Order: sequence, then structure tokens, then C-alpha cells
Amino acid sequence: MAALVVLLLALAATGGLYAAFAPADEAKADDAAQSLAIEEGKRLYDVGCSSCHGAGGQGSSDGPSLVGVGAAAVDFQVGTGRMPMQQPGPQAPDKPAVYTQAEIDQLAAYIASLGPGPAQPNPSAYDPAEGNAAEGGELFRTNCSQCHNFTGQGGALTHGKEAPGLDDVDPRYIYEALLTGPQNMPSFPDSTLPEEQKQDIIAFLQEVNTSESENPGGFTLGGFGPVSEGLFAFTFGIGALIAVTVWVGARTAKARKS
Amino acid sequence: MSSNDNERNDQVLSDDHLPASPEGKSQVAVADDPFADPGLPHHEPRRQDIDERAAKRSERTISLLFTLAMLSTVGFIAVYSTVSVEKIVYIFPFGHVSATNFGLGLTLALALFATGAGAVHWARTLMSDLEVADERHAVEAAPEVRQKVFDDWKQGVAESQWTRRKMVRNTMLGALTLVPLTGVVLLRDLGPLPYSRLRHTAWEEGSLIINEATMQPLRPEDIVVGSLTQAMPEGLDPHAEDFHAEIAKAAVMLVRLEPEDIKDARSAEWGHEGILCYSKICTHIGCPATLYEQQTHHALCPCHQSTFDLADGARVLFGPAGHPLPQLRISVNDEGYLQALGDFEEPPGPSFWERG
Repeated sequence: MAALVVLLLALAATGGLYAAFAPADEAKADDAAQSLAIEEGKRLYDVGCSSCHGAGGQGSSDGPSLVGVGAAAVDFQVGTGRMPMQQPGPQAPDKPAVYTQAEIDQLAAYIASLGPGPAQPNPSAYDPAEGNAAEGGELFRTNCSQCHNFTGQGGALTHGKEAPGLDDVDPRYIYEALLTGPQNMPSFPDSTLPEEQKQDIIAFLQEVNTSESENPGGFTLGGFGPVSEGLFAFTFGIGALIAVTVWVGARTAKARKS
Repeated sequence: MSSNDNERNDQVLSDDHLPASPEGKSQVAVADDPFADPGLPHHEPRRQDIDERAAKRSERTISLLFTLAMLSTVGFIAVYSTVSVEKIVYIFPFGHVSATNFGLGLTLALALFATGAGAVHWARTLMSDLEVADERHAVEAAPEVRQKVFDDWKQGVAESQWTRRKMVRNTMLGALTLVPLTGVVLLRDLGPLPYSRLRHTAWEEGSLIINEATMQPLRPEDIVVGSLTQAMPEGLDPHAEDFHAEIAKAAVMLVRLEPEDIKDARSAEWGHEGILCYSKICTHIGCPATLYEQQTHHALCPCHQSTFDLADGARVLFGPAGHPLPQLRISVNDEGYLQALGDFEEPPGPSFWERG
């Protein structure tokens, strides 16, 4: 993180100095930085991604085409460690990211250059503090809860696939997943779920599904609702009563212990 | 029960109604009988029966438990009246829980448990634990009692003129037979008959398709390939009294497939440029079947895992659902908005007897 901040500061300082000394060539400088990132991204892509997604991102039998998926999809898939995929399977699970954020940005720039697609969101777009958690709850229950459970605990799909739990996921990745529809998740583009509604959903998840979330009832037991709660009460509640009864009955009250 | 009670019973009831006593003539003594009644074991005293200091200790323990129960009850009232319901505290291993819930639960559990524990300890250590045998007696009444009941019954029948005045008897039987019909008629109040309402929804020709997230009508360009949109017909007011009855039948989901991925020709024709609009009410028992996998085009129902192939006319691939999800015919109107071309062709939602 520190390295990233230093890098960003250095980049900003360099860019600022450049802009100060050569204001007339500003646009040209941006273009140059962009084409440098694309070039670097292509180099990374050829090494790390092209074996499945094909040279030039047109896809192969082992991986889908990346033309038009946009920078947001790259940032989500590579940033959460889902890509590069460890092994073929029904689903690419998240794992520690392999690339640094700077490399991810270069990869994203390259993929974005292949065809128009959703760009990486602005941090203000997914700031949970700006969203309305109550509205977000309504939207989450209508659009997301069928797969991710009503408090974002996740759930099973078919043939080994699953909708992952959303606890403590970085708001940026939630936003990007909604925007791009990774793997089998459908996308929720801004045309059907506008930016502020995505923010509401993020605010709702922040409210109910982080390690800091308030949970007045105590144990969530997986957040599955009354079935798991009833089973818990039945097994452990009645089990404890039986254990106490057996313990009382097993001990004789007589003076002579036989 | 003491032996005095047994003697008193012997006087009231004749010997015939009592089980044979051990000294009775019916008892046959068998040498080395393997099934002989061993009788009650020798009574063992408890420490509290022979040592008054132990009894005193038990008394103090029991009183302590009951006092703890009283204090817990007072604590319950104190928590209820002083702790704010808004207050959240961190308690390991429960996490960030409501202070009121935790306090009330803990004090009430302690009060109930201490009361019960005190009662059990009292019964086990101080109350008498002498084994007591109480013989059974026959259930049948004595012959003279039975005879009197029969005589009284016959006399009652004769005095009521039951057999003589047949009109009285028959009309009374009629009255008793008809009264239960009032209850049967009231069953009609279980609800108005559905008539044809199960077959018709709020969709009609020209209905705009309203996005449930934005409450705005959808245009075809809003729906991209791989997306999922929950929608409802125009004209439904979420605050209206009948909203839930209507949305329960009319709720739809819209997906967009590459046209070449659609296997069912009729389904493709009923959509618009790959946009397909399906009822999202599962045809099994009506859960919203919207677990949509955008790569396989399968929609699952979360309740019983019925799986529908949205690329193939929502054919049932797996699970207990008996019918495909009904598809809504859609097109684009003059202003460029998606619209329905009529109601569903078949009733959406779970099957019913007369569905056909």
C-alpha cells in the first residue's frame, strides 16, 4: 500500500511538473502515459493471461473473449485474485491477488483498449457513507438476495458453482461486480441499476454484513433464518436440558455410595 | 399412602375387586421361582436424614438458589427499565449484540434455572425419599351400583315418553342433525372463490415494462447481454391495497441473450432482439426463481432447486417444478419503450387442479 501511495505521489509530481513546464502539450502527455500503460499491460497480458484468453484477448476454448469487458472487470477479477485462475473448474474462487495495483491498472488499460466497456469506478461512487442503507436493503432483497442470501452470506448454485459471501468485501469490488457481472453473476448496468442505487446496496451491506455490523440478536448461525435457528435451539437447547437431567439422575443422594 | 388407607379401601370394596393379596389362596408358591417379585430394596438413608448439619447445609444451598432467582428477577426489571433498547455492546463470542436482549435473556434464564435447581435440590435432599407402594383397584363399579344406574336410565327413558311420542323424538333428532351445517356453511368464509383470477395478471396489451429498481419504463438498450432486471407492469402502485396480490402473479425478470444462443424459436420470437421476459414465479410453489446464471442461462428457484433453461423456453431441467416459466410476449412501442403484447398465455405460478 505504501509503495503504491509513493508511486502515485511520484507519478502525480512528475505529471504536475511536466504540466507546469509544458502546458501546451498536456493532452499529448496523457495520451503518451496511456499508451505506455497499454503497452505495459499487453506485456503482462501476454505472459499471464493469453494462454487461456488468447493472444489479443479474443478468447479460446479455455477462456472467454475479453473484448469489451472493460477496465472494471479486470480490476475486479485480478484485484480479488480470481484471475489468473489457479486451475480449471466450475468457478474461480477469490484468493490473494497476484498482481500489484499498478500492474492491474496497466492490464485494465490494455483490455479497455480492445473494445469499449465499463471503466473503473470513481471512489465517490462506492463510498458507503453516501448511500441509503434502507433503500439499499429493498434493492438487495429484490435483486441480490436470491443468490447471496438476504444479509449477503452467499449460497450454493448448480454444479459446484456458488454465490460467494459478501462479508467484508471491499466496496469497490462490490460495485465492479454489479457493473460487470463476473462469471455466472448477471450484470446490473447503470441503465437498469443506476450508480446511486449501487451505492445504496453497498451501504446496506456495510450495515448488515461486516465484522463490525451490529447484530442485536447475537449469533447469526450463518444467517439462514429460522431453519438453522430452530435446529440449533432444538439440538443444543434440548440437548443441554437432557444433559443436566442425566447428570442429576446419575448422582445418588444416598449417604452410602454403592 | 400408609397401610391405614389400604385397610379403609378393603372395607369399601369387596375382595373380588382387589388383586390377590400375597397371603391369598390364589397365590401358588413356587420353589426357586425365577420371576418372583423381589420386593422393594432395603431403604438407604441419605446423609441429610442422619446428619442434621448436612440437612442445614442443604437448606442453606436451596435458600441461596431461591435468593439468586429473586435477585435475577429484580435484575431483569432493572435491565428492562434502565438499559436503552438502542444500546449495542460487544460480548464475546456473540459479537455486537443488543445490551437489552442480552441482559433480559441472561437474568430471566438465571431466575428460571435457579428456581428449578433449588426445587430439585430440595426434593432430592430434604423431602422424604421413602419408597411407597400403592395397590391398584378394579375400575368396574360394584354390581349394586351398576344395577341402580341401569334402573335409573330405564326409568328416565320411560318418563321422557321417548318411545311413545315419536314426533318429538324425530324433530329433536332433526334439529341436532342440522345444527352442524352452520359450521359447514361458515367454511365459505375461507375466502372468495378465485374464479378466473389465477389465469389473468395485470399485464395487458401495451403495458409498459417498469424496472423495479428505478420504477421507470425500460428501453431495449437498457438491457445488456448478461444482465438481469426485475420488472413489473405499469399501473401497479406499491402502496395500493391489492399490490401484493397483483405483483405475486405479474412479477417478471428480463434477461438478454445473444440471439444465436436462444434454442427455442417460439421463445426467440416472443422476445425482442434477444431480450426475453419470463414470469419469475416458480411453477412449483411460487418462490421467486431468479437465481440466474448468466453463462449457462439457467434460472434456479432457491426453495427446491427447480432449474429452468431460459435459453430454451424456460424448460424444466431439474427439480419439482411441473411447467416451464410462462414467457411474456414483448415488443417495442412507437416511443422506443418495451411493452407487453398481452397477458401470459398460461397461468403463471404454481399448478392448480383446474389448470389443465
